Amino acid sequence: MNNGGVRSRTRAAIDAPHLRTDRWWLAPAATAAGLLAFVVYSTWRAFANADYYAAPYVSPFYSPCLAENCETMRGGPNWEIFGSWWGISPAILILIFPLGFRLTCYYYRKAYYRGFWASPPACAVAEPHKKYTGETRFPLVLQNIHRYFFYAAILVAGILSYDTVLSFRDEHYAWGHMGLGTLVFLANIVLIWAYTISCHSCRHIVGGKLKHFSRHPVRYRMWQFVGKLNARHMLLAWASLVSVALADFYVYLVASGVFDDPRFF
Amino acid sequence: MSGYTAHFKVWRGDGQGGGLEDFKVEVNDGEVVLDIIHRLQATQVPDLAVRWNCKAGKCGSCSAEINGRPRLMCMTRMSVYDRDETITVTPLRAFPVVRDLVTDVGFNYRKAREVPSFVPPAGVGPGEYRMFQEDVDRPQEFRKCIECFLCQDTCHVVRDHEENKTAFAGPRFLMRVAELDMHPLDAAAETGLDRKKTAQDEHGLGYCNITKCCTEVCPEGIKITDNALIPLKERAVDRKYDPLVWLGSKIRRRSS
Amino acid sequence: MSVVDRQEWDVVVVGAGGAGLRAAIEARERGARTAVICKSLFGKAHTVMAEGGIAAAMANANEHDNWQVHFRDTLRGGKFLNQWRMAELHAQEAPDRVWELETWGALFDRTKDGRISQRNFGGHEYPRLAHVGDRTGLELIRTLQQQIVSLQQEDFRETGDYESRLKVFQECTVTRILKDGSRVSGVFAYERETGRFFVLEAPSVVIATGGIGKSFKVTSNSWEYTGDGHALALLAGAPLLNMEFVQFHPTGMVWPPSVKGILVTESVRGDGGVLRNSDGKRFMFDYVPDVFKEKYAQSEDEADRWYDDPDHNRRPPELLPRDEVARAINAEVKAGRGSPHGGVFLDVSTRMPAEVIRRRLPSMYHQFKELADVDITAEAMEVGPTCHYVMGGIAVDSESAAARGVPGLFAAGEVAGGMHGSNRLGGNSLSDLLVFGRRAGRHAAAYAQTLGTRPPVDDVQIDSAAAEALRPFSAEGEEPSAGPPENPYTLHQELQQTMNDLVGIIRREAEMAEALERLADLRVRARRAGVEGHRQFNPGWHLALDLRNMLLVSECVARAALERTESRGGHTREDHPSMDREWRRINLLCRLTDPTGGLAATDPVRGQITLARETTEPIRRDLLALFDKEELVKYLAEEELYE
Repeated sequence: MNNGGVRSRTRAAIDAPHLRTDRWWLAPAATAAGLLAFVVYSTWRAFANADYYAAPYVSPFYSPCLAENCETMRGGPNWEIFGSWWGISPAILILIFPLGFRLTCYYYRKAYYRGFWASPPACAVAEPHKKYTGETRFPLVLQNIHRYFFYAAILVAGILSYDTVLSFRDEHYAWGHMGLGTLVFLANIVLIWAYTISCHSCRHIVGGKLKHFSRHPVRYRMWQFVGKLNARHMLLAWASLVSVALADFYVYLVASGVFDDPRFF
Repeated sequence: MSGYTAHFKVWRGDGQGGGLEDFKVEVNDGEVVLDIIHRLQATQVPDLAVRWNCKAGKCGSCSAEINGRPRLMCMTRMSVYDRDETITVTPLRAFPVVRDLVTDVGFNYRKAREVPSFVPPAGVGPGEYRMFQEDVDRPQEFRKCIECFLCQDTCHVVRDHEENKTAFAGPRFLMRVAELDMHPLDAAAETGLDRKKTAQDEHGLGYCNITKCCTEVCPEGIKITDNALIPLKERAVDRKYDPLVWLGSKIRRRSS
Repeated sequence: MSVVDRQEWDVVVVGAGGAGLRAAIEARERGARTAVICKSLFGKAHTVMAEGGIAAAMANANEHDNWQVHFRDTLRGGKFLNQWRMAELHAQEAPDRVWELETWGALFDRTKDGRISQRNFGGHEYPRLAHVGDRTGLELIRTLQQQIVSLQQEDFRETGDYESRLKVFQECTVTRILKDGSRVSGVFAYERETGRFFVLEAPSVVIATGGIGKSFKVTSNSWEYTGDGHALALLAGAPLLNMEFVQFHPTGMVWPPSVKGILVTESVRGDGGVLRNSDGKRFMFDYVPDVFKEKYAQSEDEADRWYDDPDHNRRPPELLPRDEVARAINAEVKAGRGSPHGGVFLDVSTRMPAEVIRRRLPSMYHQFKELADVDITAEAMEVGPTCHYVMGGIAVDSESAAARGVPGLFAAGEVAGGMHGSNRLGGNSLSDLLVFGRRAGRHAAAYAQTLGTRPPVDDVQIDSAAAEALRPFSAEGEEPSAGPPENPYTLHQELQQTMNDLVGIIRREAEMAEALERLADLRVRARRAGVEGHRQFNPGWHLALDLRNMLLVSECVARAALERTESRGGHTREDHPSMDREWRRINLLCRLTDPTGGLAATDPVRGQITLARETTEPIRRDLLALFDKEELVKYLAEEELYE
């Protein structure tokens, strides 16, 4: 046996690629399943190009809506920047930003490197790849642009916040009303913001890059706050992923007429 | 609670070969895996090679892999295992084996030498150092490191790819770079050493794919990935992948 | 005999703890090519376990602090038996040694204004301990380790070789100091990994091997503490000083058995932890000795007020010097008021909120949680005395750290005697390592440089050292009539039990005499200590070789303890319970009986060690003037006072 890694000639002669006796495969399998489910769902919804608007709610997948083929949303974030030539679902235009943000996110990277690429599948479990260069070369070196997606994610979160404000209208665009959907949107936007702000790049930008916190007391406070959220980045990543899908699904249910949005007032 | 007999498999051998050997050994209340290894030495195999020092989780000598997981033997209580469970103890599998549970950890000492040391600030004498607690908090966390090298052992970059050992310093020593870069008085920059850049260019930061096994195994609970490696990656981005910063520094250099 | 690899160095430092590394840095910076030899991996030395801090009168926390006050505290703690010039140098130089660490990258906890924070500790009048949480020793060792790496990087830039001027031989054990006539010529050592022998030829050798705790069953010390340096010095012809003084730390863990002895830091008591017996009584109030009556609280109320208002209340008796607390715990257990596992209760859970405990004592919280499954925020710890430190050691010159009578031999750190007198104050150990480590390195380098020619190494000594080291492999068959080979692990356990039971915290004449007999018996059996397997990383073999050292050192402790018929600091005689002013001037020196350094199993009654009494040099007048007359009367003999 001499096929590199833990079975190299100089290492302790043990044939097994790992000796773990616990259910080490559970976490990567669950992660992969969860991510896969979201990918399937979001692909269907993104390309569906239907049932994404039920006044006053717009699906977060389709906001802002930037093509001529968007549904009309009064006061909503739809601007025809892309004009009429855009033929397919307008969701595609905007989804690349949150998608890029999450793809390059330090947590999701861990999740899919482990879950999909088995690099490594779990700690101290040999990975199946012969060569490994990590994030040193193209394309993975592009992970370093995470902070630009973070900037974009701030904008997207801002627009979704606007959508949430709009959800305090009723179906006739009268202000001062709330329905179950408003709560769904509120929960979603809180989680979206929490996830966005808890980003490692954000933590770096607000204060992490400093050498002397003592000379920047305000940024130090901000860094501490972001740090507290950052400790829950994984939790927030999943929670916001689920909430954004739920928000979209809620809109789908209402827009497709399966379900009526219960109005509170 | 009373004593019982446990079934152990311990790897014995050296660079030429070896294998797991079975032992039946007595276990008493409150014991840790290292106690059992010591009992084997005292009663069955006096020449069983093992490193250990303090037996209190402070020196980081007794690193091994127990049931396939990198751990300190002195901090692994027997009570976490079922009584009828077979407990497998092997040497660290990322480093060349010397004998039995002892491995050649020279890789780590070589890497330690490759990280340029603390650069004292010019013109500040002994006794004149002024640093604030909020500024030393970050590097102090990294200085909790007891150099057990479990993170180096578990990191798949070198564990699974021997050839990466030349280019990659490993989590422990990338954390050392981060520590020095965050040291409030380190004057490396003044001497022309950019630790943010060399982290990527010379110590192989790019190999890290932040899968967090180093943090998982750290017996000191240091958040290696979140507090050292990712911040260091972000600092490297400042230097190497951020056009705005790059442009800004160009302009500043011109105007100054 | 086998051809042994030889290398030439200027200074060889044996031991890579605080003192050894500091010595090596100094010797290298003064131009000597320096080799460091250590039994463990580089950076694992026992120094890492030091928790509290480094005592140095920097006056960051209290501006009234200065070296004179530190000196005074040190002498009081040592009950005036200290080699006073050492205590003086120590107090004077400690601040510089701490500040120097900062220039090498150390990060101590800070005060509000950015200076090094200093904490209170037993026996220190002012907050004086520079610290990093409860892992100060780790910071110290890592800083020195990294400074060595820094010097090696410098050498690499100049010579292309990291190890051209400073090299660490890790996992190597020195078994003999080689000599040319009376002077040092090098060391004989083996590599643990391969079992290969080698010789480092050097005119100067610094011994910095630490202590002897592994001769006792219950100890806070690591496996390395087998008294190697003490034994090497003895065998090289240098005397050991006051070996009867062994510090038992009052609070070690007592349960589970596998962790018995592991330290519970003094900070637990400093932060409000109290000692209780099985009746729930805070028994320390019954154990305040008369000399301390005015300085310690008489009631629980007053003691409790001290934590918040130390200026208007007296300290709780839990913070008496370590020897007093250790004896008190011992007495309570003996009287049947101990805890279920033979200790007493140390309780913080009823004194502080859980969250405060976790913040202030993080490593204690984890230590008990992980090793004993005890949540110290919810229940009391069980603690008892544990062998912690040896005040005695190689007799050295105060200025140069040179061992007496062996030119070229130096000693620093725990292995050197004198500095701490009969009892060491917490925090004075780390500063001792730095102050005298530096001095030893400096004088070792200077001695090597002034020597015209290098002392030649004698091949006969190498051969006999090799033969001695190989003996355990041929234990069987050599003297078939003598008996079967002995298991070194069994011998070690018996030695530890003997020292623990008979020369432990409370000593009696008859028991110590019995200990000497048992030691003699063990010595004979140790000659038959046999090992299996080969020389490659063989712990059985290593232990068999260390047994020689532990037996020598144990005999020193037992003999000196039997001789000193008083109780003082770390030496408590049940049959002589009080301190005797006449003994203050007496140092006990241990020397090898057989001056050729041979180790024939000599007459068990006479043993290997010969004791000699020596009258100490009087304390310098200006230093005595730092104390009140009334205080000096308690310690000094009449004639000393009027000299």
